[in-house]
Amino acid sequence: MDLSAINPVLLIASLMVAATAVMIAAIGELIVERAGVLNLGVEGMMITGAICGFAVAVQTGSPTAGFIAAAAGGAALSMLFAFLTQFALANQVASGLALTLFGLGLSALLGQGYQGIKPPSTPRLDIPVLSDLPWVGRIVFGHDLMVYFGLALVAATWAFLKYARAGLVLRAVGENHDAAHALGYKVVRIRVLAIAFGGAMAGLGGAYISLVRVPQWTEGMTAGIGWIALALVVFASWKPWRVLLGAYLFGGVTVLQLNLQAAGIAIPVEYLSMSPYIITIVVLVIMSADKSRAPASLGRIFHATH
Amino acid sequence: MLRLEKRRQPSRAFAWATPVLAVVATMIFGGLLFAALGKDPLVAIRTIFWDPLFGQHAFYYRPQLLVKGGPLILIAIGLSLGFRAGIWNIGAEGQYILGAICGAGVGLAFYPMEGWFIFPLMVIAGALGGLVWAMIPGLLKVKFGTNEILVSLMLVYVAEQLLASVSLGLLKNPQGFGFPGSRNLQQYDSAHNAELIAGTGMHWGVAAAFIAVIFAYILLTRHQLGYHIRLTGEAPRAARFAGVSPTRLVLFCLGISGACAGLAGMFEVSGPAGQVTIDFNTGYGFTAIIVAFLGRLHPVGILLAGLLMALTYIGGEIAQSGLGLPAAAIQMFQGMLLFFLLAVDVLTGYRLRLGGATKEGEAA
Amino acid sequence: MTALLSIRGLTKAYPGVVANDDVSFDIQPGEVHALLGENGAGKSTLVKMIYGLVKPDSGEMTMTGQPFAPGEPKAARAAGVAMVFQHFSLFDALNVAENIALGMAEPPAMRDLAARIREVSDQYGLPLDPWRVVGDLSAGERQRVEIIRCLLQDPKLLIMDEPTSVLTPQEVEILFETLRKLKAEGTSILYISHKLEEIRALCDEATILRLGRKVATCTPRDTTAREMAELMVGAELHVPTRDTRAPGAVRLALKDLSVPSPSQFGTALKGISFEVRAGEVLGLAGVAGNGQDELLGVLSGEIRAGAGMVVLDGTPVGATGPAIRRRMGLLTAPEERLGHAAAPDMSLTENAALTGAERRGIASAGFLNWGRARSFAREIIDRFDVRTPGTENAARSLSGGNLQKFVIGREVLQDPQVLVVNQPTWGVDAAAAATIRQAILDLATGGAAVVVISQDLDELMEVSDRFAALNEGRLSDIRPAQGLSVEEIGLMMGGSHGMEVAHV
Repeated sequence: MDLSAINPVLLIASLMVAATAVMIAAIGELIVERAGVLNLGVEGMMITGAICGFAVAVQTGSPTAGFIAAAAGGAALSMLFAFLTQFALANQVASGLALTLFGLGLSALLGQGYQGIKPPSTPRLDIPVLSDLPWVGRIVFGHDLMVYFGLALVAATWAFLKYARAGLVLRAVGENHDAAHALGYKVVRIRVLAIAFGGAMAGLGGAYISLVRVPQWTEGMTAGIGWIALALVVFASWKPWRVLLGAYLFGGVTVLQLNLQAAGIAIPVEYLSMSPYIITIVVLVIMSADKSRAPASLGRIFHATH
Repeated sequence: MLRLEKRRQPSRAFAWATPVLAVVATMIFGGLLFAALGKDPLVAIRTIFWDPLFGQHAFYYRPQLLVKGGPLILIAIGLSLGFRAGIWNIGAEGQYILGAICGAGVGLAFYPMEGWFIFPLMVIAGALGGLVWAMIPGLLKVKFGTNEILVSLMLVYVAEQLLASVSLGLLKNPQGFGFPGSRNLQQYDSAHNAELIAGTGMHWGVAAAFIAVIFAYILLTRHQLGYHIRLTGEAPRAARFAGVSPTRLVLFCLGISGACAGLAGMFEVSGPAGQVTIDFNTGYGFTAIIVAFLGRLHPVGILLAGLLMALTYIGGEIAQSGLGLPAAAIQMFQGMLLFFLLAVDVLTGYRLRLGGATKEGEAA
Repeated sequence: MTALLSIRGLTKAYPGVVANDDVSFDIQPGEVHALLGENGAGKSTLVKMIYGLVKPDSGEMTMTGQPFAPGEPKAARAAGVAMVFQHFSLFDALNVAENIALGMAEPPAMRDLAARIREVSDQYGLPLDPWRVVGDLSAGERQRVEIIRCLLQDPKLLIMDEPTSVLTPQEVEILFETLRKLKAEGTSILYISHKLEEIRALCDEATILRLGRKVATCTPRDTTAREMAELMVGAELHVPTRDTRAPGAVRLALKDLSVPSPSQFGTALKGISFEVRAGEVLGLAGVAGNGQDELLGVLSGEIRAGAGMVVLDGTPVGATGPAIRRRMGLLTAPEERLGHAAAPDMSLTENAALTGAERRGIASAGFLNWGRARSFAREIIDRFDVRTPGTENAARSLSGGNLQKFVIGREVLQDPQVLVVNQPTWGVDAAAAATIRQAILDLATGGAAVVVISQDLDELMEVSDRFAALNEGRLSDIRPAQGLSVEEIGLMMGGSHGMEVAHV
């Protein structure tokens, strides 16, 4: 075992990469839940985004096209959920599960023939001088653009919820859909838009895994990241900046255990591999003391009665 | 414009009709999917739904119906009790794995001793394994209010790693030439969950599934606990008013669903599967969620839905080998079934009306 | 002069019921116009049509001579109509300014809005802190949020739906001052109520609805309350009767009861003590949200307190669950009918078993005898005149009044030693209310101890022997009900909760 092989700069840099997928997906789900909808289909939308992005990137040779396709794919799949829950008034828990099961099947089907292929690489930020700085260069200026997109997304979501009129309306719908309806807001329309946004972000997150983080396509490759994104929203008490914190925590655990595996530490690989999931549970338990922040209408079915 | 109008009473007719409608819609859209994949949709549908029962090799496939349906029904019955009460154990896959590991572990601990008591001990160990695994989200929920959906699901991934670990370590067959996986329990009489009637596929796990159906039916229709489960799902505040202890109900529902999943895993590992391997679990724990909903969380419905889902598994395998239909298409087909069920289920509680001039509702 | 709002032949039918049938009337500028009627008379549907939430089947409206047919609330607001809702329109987790911004078409920046809120609230004598979270406000303050939300739009017509049901008598006076000031400024007010004295004190004109039809228009000042009541109800009212009796032994005692509220925006109970004797009715008044739900929860066993804090026939039961208390004879009926007292989608038979399992022998050794549950449900339906096709109908298919009769009947027919009811006649028509009050009095006459928690002061005066009020989780002194004046009651309820009277 050689722990000195673990380079702290690389660790932090790769932590940021490891956190990005779950962060983007969690921000999407945060918006959905702030609108009062619980979509448990994040995993299904992520894996669908992963294959859509991968396939399009391979076909066109453009990672950008891939990411756009991933967002479109995730959003399209989320519309099934929106139809079920907003128009057919189906139970949100069941519909979310259905979306995940369906998405896993769909992605496996779409992904036939894409196994073992390398996708075009996503460009990194490369600013002369800055990116070459020791420590800072690698951590602050040396990432692919999606890492910065994720950070910008957190900031934008925070500002949207805090300052924008639309953000206020979104929160109002999530708090009390009957009151929002009585004031004349289109509850269903707002929720459908939120669900679509959540789907697009989950798709982006999935594509980040298949195009950047791994990068290749294998069935079921999201391996529960979508569920961790859901846990992250609870952990974050529905606050964007805490999603960032949670994602980095998760990313840190993931990267550290991978590094420990590589360093040949005397803990069996399986136990290291399960550690991110166990830590997620531990964090959920710690955070469950503070659940006052959950949007009051979360998961409730809305049917206009006047 | 179409609009929904809440029925004054849930429709009984639609409660029965919606699963049938969902199956028909799935067949139509599944057929379109198969056509898109370049297969003859009619042949594909016939291969999946007809051939396993009445085709040329039906004698081989019919027993498979019970072999595959048994665990699905057993798990789904357990899950349905919680789902009815709004307690969402979606980690049955993990409890299934733990049941298998514990059941097989107890059996292998006695190897090569023979004895009548070994199999019953394995059954108890399997049930306990699943129960304990499900108690983790249960206790965390009642103690700290932690979301049971996320915890139970996280534990699936933990269980999968645990399965890999024991297949490569603790339970590895010492005479297995280094291959991962345990001894084959089919070759160990005292631990073998053999067919009860040769050639039918009927083993102890299937018997347990049937017993679970009857037990759940009586519980839900005749017993106060079942009434309290239904009440909690429909109106949680009314349930507390009636005197239901939410804590006890959560532990009961999670415990029983975990035990059922654990039993299913144990019967599978000691019977049809035979050994603990890395890829022992095949997603029964997740498919059972579809089964539970497709059966409208009703014991008899789950029985029928479990058999139907088993049919799609078997038919799917035939279509895979015979028609070259990808396995993923079958998985999608099953997901689609749940979608359509949820979509048409709205008709049970609501009436579809034409016209958009007025909004729906009741006079206030 | 042209009427501000003129309504001609408005009709709106729902499946099975005509909510409004050919209703016509005018509202003049600067007029306070009362819309009077029983629950279910069609008042709410009518105002929802004016506010653009519901579209009429036929009929038309004009606003200062122009056709007025709002397709959505936004259009109604743009035309100068503002509405203060009875409930369902505030967001607990948001602050006052955010709540108000949501009700405006183009709100200014939050900082400016907050300043406007302070300005308008001072001007009309309704002080309010814009940054407070609405969930922490009292019922009266929450209503202020809604009123100020309306006033910021400079409405021509202000609709108020049962505004005083959540106020103490003193707070009602403050509200009336505000409304009179608005009227003096030329704002018209459509005032919906079934409280006759209020209407006589405030309104210039009254339109009376019964079963969806307009039955009369009158000038309240020149009409007696009795005349209006008869127009509204359309029949002679049955007034509950009671036999006088001497109270017996103490049945239920609360001893220095203090518990926190289980819900985030609930009210903790603080040091409540009282005794109720056999044959006695204790009336507890109070504005909504002052601990009524929590008190019922503590008595039903849903909220556990210290064992000795609740004593039933000498036995401490504060820490036991609902089933045991029912077995001992302490029965309760919560305010919320659907979802708390009854499960909406379950049949009446199943709902009969909800509380009747123990005392009516429906459960034995854990198994349920559905035959007995059905005959119990049948008995409730027959004895309390519950209008329903049968015992297998879902609870939510019943009208509010019928379900309330079912819920009260279910407890009364179990022959309780102690019965506690919260808002027994809320939203119930007059005939059903009379039935329910009579049942409560008969129960007391039969030797049970009864606690009635209600916001309806007239009801409490009618049924109570002794009277007290809940105010922010505390109980006032307990006084004999006879001879209490409205002022005294108001002070027991907490007076104006420190709110200042409008300086007009």
